[in-house]
Amino acid sequence: MGSRDDILRAVRAQTLPDKPAPSLDQQWIRYDDRRTQFATVLAGVGGRCEFVADGAEAARKLMEHPAYDAAKRVASFVPEITRGNVDLATIGDPHALEDVDFAILRGEIAVAENGAVWVTDAGVRHRALYFITQHLVLVVPASALVDNMPQAYERLQFTGPGYGAFLSGPSKTADIEQSLVIGAHGPRSMTVFCVGD
Amino acid sequence: MNHPDLALAFIADKPRAKWHDETLWFVRSKRDKAAWQLPEWELLRETAAAIKAHTMSHLADYLEQFESQAQKLGVKVHWANDAAEHNAIVHGILRERGVRKLVKSKSMLTEECHLNPYLERHGIEVVDTDLGERIVQLAGESPSHIVLPAIHKKKEDVGAIFHEHLHTPEGMSDPLFLAEAARQHLRDKFMQADAALTGVNFAVAETGGIVICTNEGNADLGVSLPKIHIACMGIEKLIPRAADLSVFLRLLARSATGQPITTYSSHFHGPMPGGEMHIVLVDNGRTDLLGSDDFRRSLNCIRCGACMNTCPVYRRSGGHSYESTVPGPIGSILAPSRDAKKHGSLPFACSLCGSCTDVCPVKIDIHHQLLTWRKEIAHRGLLPRSKSWGMKVMSRVLRSPRLYAASGWLARKVVPKLPRFMIYNPLNAWGKRRELPEFPRESFREQFERRHGK
Ligand code: SF4
Repeated sequence: MGSRDDILRAVRAQTLPDKPAPSLDQQWIRYDDRRTQFATVLAGVGGRCEFVADGAEAARKLMEHPAYDAAKRVASFVPEITRGNVDLATIGDPHALEDVDFAILRGEIAVAENGAVWVTDAGVRHRALYFITQHLVLVVPASALVDNMPQAYERLQFTGPGYGAFLSGPSKTADIEQSLVIGAHGPRSMTVFCVGD
Repeated sequence: MNHPDLALAFIADKPRAKWHDETLWFVRSKRDKAAWQLPEWELLRETAAAIKAHTMSHLADYLEQFESQAQKLGVKVHWANDAAEHNAIVHGILRERGVRKLVKSKSMLTEECHLNPYLERHGIEVVDTDLGERIVQLAGESPSHIVLPAIHKKKEDVGAIFHEHLHTPEGMSDPLFLAEAARQHLRDKFMQADAALTGVNFAVAETGGIVICTNEGNADLGVSLPKIHIACMGIEKLIPRAADLSVFLRLLARSATGQPITTYSSHFHGPMPGGEMHIVLVDNGRTDLLGSDDFRRSLNCIRCGACMNTCPVYRRSGGHSYESTVPGPIGSILAPSRDAKKHGSLPFACSLCGSCTDVCPVKIDIHHQLLTWRKEIAHRGLLPRSKSWGMKVMSRVLRSPRLYAASGWLARKVVPKLPRFMIYNPLNAWGKRRELPEFPRESFREQFERRHGK
């Protein structure tokens, strides 16, 4: 405990004048057409967004994905689209997900400002699925589309253990001469289906 | 070595130096476009600065709150006074669990602590998984930029490094091909790792959670396979509330690369089911900075790299010329506060143009602090002779109207007639790569007297 007390004591020794926390309740950006904004920004970062009426339409659109036809292992948490052929209940070790081609999961919130989708590991036994799959499909209720990040955080609660992330587009890198390469370590594509009105 | 000498080596390769300069400026212009898309950009910067100022004024309370919240989530929290203690803690965790292979995602703190060589000396394989960091790791170098670690490398360099270490075909330098080779190589490393270590972008006192931002997804993939996750952070990474993240996540990627947000902004609250999570809180000189009215705000840095991309000196001298974990404008404040003698030339690697201050998302008054450091370095007697001697002469001349008039006369009448070697020689450091401006024929005083008579 020595270092803990040293550090806290050293910090406390610097008595700084109290500065109040600023208000986050401000006029943040809003969009007349959130759908177009979200889809445009997501496309700009290499993702794809489709607005669909229901799961059946999403399933039809998924068939058009150039890599879907050849996919051997599909893990799905969205039975309205597909049941997939990976039984996640039987997989105890996330390493066994190495050869998953498509993962279809639910997103909770979509953010128009930056094309991000909030996902969590609640009910998803292995969060590795989001990153280890070759292609990622997220299904979000269209009603969960918000304007900006402050609105997104208003809806989020962090009350216990868990993992959550904003995902915006496929995994990417520009570390070789600033040339953009899609598919760094994680998914090579990201498709978002916004379902309903 | 000092900054000017190392920069000289960098600019010796002219086409490369030009590429470096232009590429970073391009990143800077992407940042501008992203910023202009948000009408509230300036409000966001002010809010971010205010959150940081508030946090620093209550830092001890927030650290305690963070610790107890993280513990409730099942995290083991460690504290380290300095780099040596940090390294020993990390190694202790790994040793007790028999870890042989560690995957790492980007962490400037572990660079600062020189963790990799320490662990390697103890027989642990350490693999940096960010592509840029992997490139410099294989090359036996350190990152030259905090966001773009391999920005000093051309694709041909990367091709040669990968040919040697990953056995890609000789002469292959296509970025797509090389990135795919790295993907396959690093997938194996991810699959074999016994533990994962990450940095931390933000730690939330209210919830005990940490947030990590990447584009590649390497941090997430790394920590979701093995059971052990170690996250290392400086104590300045704290923010009070989860909602504050909305401010910082909106600023970070836009400032760094012009993206609207990083591809992955991951919020970790406790270990994954069946796993374990450790957070190491590190001081290593930060409490000293906290005590300095002049330099405290440099702790607010969120490591976006914008000040590097915009800096005319950084762009033209390369990150390695700073010989400091964090290079560029902010590094030139942080490094001398560790060792003013060693890094004394850095605050002078600056034109005082103020561009860094203009782009900084948390509104650090970077160029003012650099100026303050210059005074401090002169005050401590650490100026090199070439500078202190010139300043002494200058101060004598400027204090005496007669000397001032005489030296002006010399400059106007005599200097233009001197042969080149008497002006452009090693005694005149200013004259390296610079031409003197043309001197006016008359001084202001002479003109004034001529026009208004005596
Ligand atoms: S000082 Fe400001 S601009 Fe520079 S890296 Fe830090 S946050 Fe970014």
